[in-house]
Amino acid sequence: MQNATVNSVGLSLNACIKCNICTSYCPVSAVTDSFPGPKYAAPQSERFRDFGHPYYADAAGPISRPLAGGQMPDASVDYCSGCRVCNEVCPTGVRIAEINARARARIVAARGLSLRNRLLGRNELLGRIGSIAPGLANFVLHNPIGRRLAAALFGVAEKAPLPRWHHETLNRWLARTRAQRLRSDRKVVYFHGCATQYYEPYVGMAAILVLEHLGYEAIVPPQNCCGLPMLSNGEFTAAESHHRRNVARLAQYVDAGHPIIGTSTSCTLTLKEEAPELLDLESDPGTHALKLATWDIFEWLRERLDQDQLPSDLRPLDQSGQPFILPYHAPCQLRAHRIGKPALDLLAQIPGLDLRESHARCCGIAGTYGYKTEKYQIAMDVGAELFDYVASQTSKSEPDSEGSVSFTACDSETCRWQLEHGTGLPSRHPIELLAAAYGLYDLQARRPADGS
Amino acid sequence: MKRMQTEILVIGGGATGTGVAWDAALRGFRTLLVEKRDLTHGTTGRYHGLLHSGARYVLKDAASAAQCISENRILRRTHTHCIEDTSGFFVVTPEDEDDYPDRFAAACRRLDVPCTEIPASSALRREPLLNPRISRVFELPDAAADSFLATHATAQAARQAGATLLPYHELTRLHLSGGDGNRTISGATVLDTVSGEELHIDADLVINAAGAWSGQVAALAGVEVKMILGKGVMLATNARLTNTVINRCKMPGDGDILVPIHTVSVIGTTDEKVAGPEDLPIEQWEIDLMLTEGDELVPGLSRSRILRAWAGVRPLYQETQPPAESNQSKEGSHSNDQPVQEMPQDSRDATRALALLNHRQRDGVRGFITITGGKWTTFRLMAESAVDAACEQLGVSRPCRTAATAVPGVDQGHYWLGHRLSEVEDEQLQSELVCECELVTRSMLESAAQRNPTVTLDDLRRDVRLGMGPCQGGFCTYRAVGILHQLRTAKTSPVVGEWNVAHMQSPAHHHRDSSTAEASDSASNSASAYDSLQRSAAVDPQAAVSQPNLLLRDFLQERWKGVAPILWGQQLRQERLDELIYLSILNADHLPVDDKESPLSSFYRSDFSPSGSNQ
Repeated sequence: MQNATVNSVGLSLNACIKCNICTSYCPVSAVTDSFPGPKYAAPQSERFRDFGHPYYADAAGPISRPLAGGQMPDASVDYCSGCRVCNEVCPTGVRIAEINARARARIVAARGLSLRNRLLGRNELLGRIGSIAPGLANFVLHNPIGRRLAAALFGVAEKAPLPRWHHETLNRWLARTRAQRLRSDRKVVYFHGCATQYYEPYVGMAAILVLEHLGYEAIVPPQNCCGLPMLSNGEFTAAESHHRRNVARLAQYVDAGHPIIGTSTSCTLTLKEEAPELLDLESDPGTHALKLATWDIFEWLRERLDQDQLPSDLRPLDQSGQPFILPYHAPCQLRAHRIGKPALDLLAQIPGLDLRESHARCCGIAGTYGYKTEKYQIAMDVGAELFDYVASQTSKSEPDSEGSVSFTACDSETCRWQLEHGTGLPSRHPIELLAAAYGLYDLQARRPADGS
Repeated sequence: MKRMQTEILVIGGGATGTGVAWDAALRGFRTLLVEKRDLTHGTTGRYHGLLHSGARYVLKDAASAAQCISENRILRRTHTHCIEDTSGFFVVTPEDEDDYPDRFAAACRRLDVPCTEIPASSALRREPLLNPRISRVFELPDAAADSFLATHATAQAARQAGATLLPYHELTRLHLSGGDGNRTISGATVLDTVSGEELHIDADLVINAAGAWSGQVAALAGVEVKMILGKGVMLATNARLTNTVINRCKMPGDGDILVPIHTVSVIGTTDEKVAGPEDLPIEQWEIDLMLTEGDELVPGLSRSRILRAWAGVRPLYQETQPPAESNQSKEGSHSNDQPVQEMPQDSRDATRALALLNHRQRDGVRGFITITGGKWTTFRLMAESAVDAACEQLGVSRPCRTAATAVPGVDQGHYWLGHRLSEVEDEQLQSELVCECELVTRSMLESAAQRNPTVTLDDLRRDVRLGMGPCQGGFCTYRAVGILHQLRTAKTSPVVGEWNVAHMQSPAHHHRDSSTAEASDSASNSASAYDSLQRSAAVDPQAAVSQPNLLLRDFLQERWKGVAPILWGQQLRQERLDELIYLSILNADHLPVDDKESPLSSFYRSDFSPSGSNQ
């Protein structure tokens, strides 16, 4: 591996001044003793690990010299949810969540990977298999016996909000509606991510409809999982091969200067930052080019808004005459982009929409974290802050804005599922709301307004 | 005046003195050791932590190299848990001379120092931060040694063998009788620096193991011992850069060793001849030189976070007596094969081999032996040769047993970096942490404070590594002072039985083997319990130095000394936060302790250019 330097990710621990701000903000250590906190787990514990060795593997295995007897000294770092709230609040720039992710990779290297974590890392594969017969797959996984079996056999929490396979993948919808798709000189590449492909193709439809409404042709090239679930579960080698495949598949579009736009904030964050940093690929030219080309969809739309390129035909969202109150939660993964909250800027353009911004730290689910039996309750306790916030918007209404809450909004899929699970209210991606306000999309039925 | 009587009195509580006490006690001598400060306060506690394979000296100082490799093998058995088996690389950088590596490898073979050349690519794979431009790499059995723990373990072994160790007892006078040519040392007067009381000690024989202070001790006997004091400046990085000891494969010079010791890497050292063993200024050029040379080993080291700078003094000695006398003086010593040389101009050129001065033959003073020179690696051998000479003077024949006797704690196996973290995790001690950086738990601190000689918080630092991490005491100082204050005011039952020093660095020791520790030590006599207990001034309500404000001020001052020379970048940011905590919030510079001094208050602020201390 090239360019291991003293100033690489792991050594960002050198910036720690022990101030404890991360510990006081950490949503996980606030609700459980299983995780002693970001400062303890990252900059502190890292000094006691096999420090100084950036992670990588070659033909002979992982680089890190085996610790005494193959031991990894700590286990509690596995309880870090990877939400990155710590990174966000750290005043000195320690890459806390990344240090923890690398530590988990070392645990996996030392102790192996559980079948459960391997499965959770393979959501693309699961998505593909389930899509063969979505009805059957949903029946198997969404009945009490199936869930109890999954909990007993794999340790997948019985109550955790597993998604349902959609009867049609995004790709099939694209193929079916090819004739209606816009052709244009102005092109963007849409990176849908696994969840949109298999579980929520309507998010992709909403995105493509909005892009086309702006006059852009949306190219949806072959692509695969960004690798984040594997990174989160410490399976770096597999994550790296997934990432490299995406780099190769997207290279021609990146080279042509097309922006790569995604609706899944965690996928785009992985392309932008997580994969290059965690896998030490910062100096890989393809990775670097893709990193610079990748946008969150609202980050990109905000540029259009700033340049007055946004169509102005936004209409109020209908809610039987009542004001539309929308609690919005900016997911941790979006905040980690460090781009502000662009969805808020766009949704604010929708006339009559009463946007309520949650300041909760995290919904708790953190990707695959809340799906693990031993972490389910922690995830729910973390999410309580957000669930309570949503509930308070429903019950107590300010005098001047009477109305009811029918939806919540959030940019990240697993967070939306957790929100629905914790609040009982349906949750939508902001792009669905925007598409609906343009009259392109049916927010209730979750399908294009033209019925396609 | 209190009086004590002993057969052998050892002056100096560093590695050598403690080793002498252990060796003498094992041979059945009644043994007493006095140290003017804490054990390891001098050079032992200020070295980089390298257990030499001897390879560093194969071409320059063959005698020292032979001693090092032989002792390296022995200490791995007798002090296993004080050593991390890191192994060592000797790397050839583009700046190093061409023919040295081959001569080096040949000399290693000649001296039986195991040396294997490995491909540079393998070395880089194991240590990715190493300079990628290195052309050749030799692997040798260097290792990292914890000189604090090793000395404490040796001290406990000495106590278990019946020796009495008195830290914070400063030598004020050697009792000298008889006229010219027939002078005899019959004991010493020492000052208890905590209580201010004097103690009169009658001894059959006095062994001067005062290291860099040996010349001063010898002067009290009217004997001239001209030490060559070589100051070495070292820097510690915030975290390890390598897990292997890295040496430059060249003639030993400045800044060519990088030692991974506990959580840090230490780059060292300079070698500057100094006049005395105290007040060691750290010059800017020395810091710069360490950083520049460090970059040759690990590019970017100079830009990484440096925690601390400190200096230690090598107690080097080269015999300069006229040949007739010195031949005589070599009798029965290990330095027989050492040719007498001219006084070297540079301390870098002085031999690292040990020097045994039998003052009966050398100066006509009976009952007085000086053991000096050497390396930390050879402290056991130095002790052996000193006690051999003592046996000879006392007219007894008792073989040395230290090479075959393990000190308490070796059953723990070699130290490994994750040791503390894994114990904290296994026993869920996260909420017990007092010093978060170095994972010191409350029970570790309390055990050390109650049962090990403790006058200042700095003593606890040497015991358990309190305050040695990134924040340099920022968060643990006030906590530790609070805990000591609580111990002092609480009506706790007195602690009985000797604390098992072997586990003093073990966060989980209370949870794992407190009962066995007590049991194994019950054999050690009550006198030793008295020794260690009476010195725990920090928790003794009667002792003036137990004042919390004084403990706090002294420790902050001590930590500050080592940080001030490297105050830039990330460590500056840290110190700014520490400053806000102690000066802005706690008003620590106006605490009401102005008229109180600990025995070390003046030492900590002795000069403005800080002399620091270990890490």
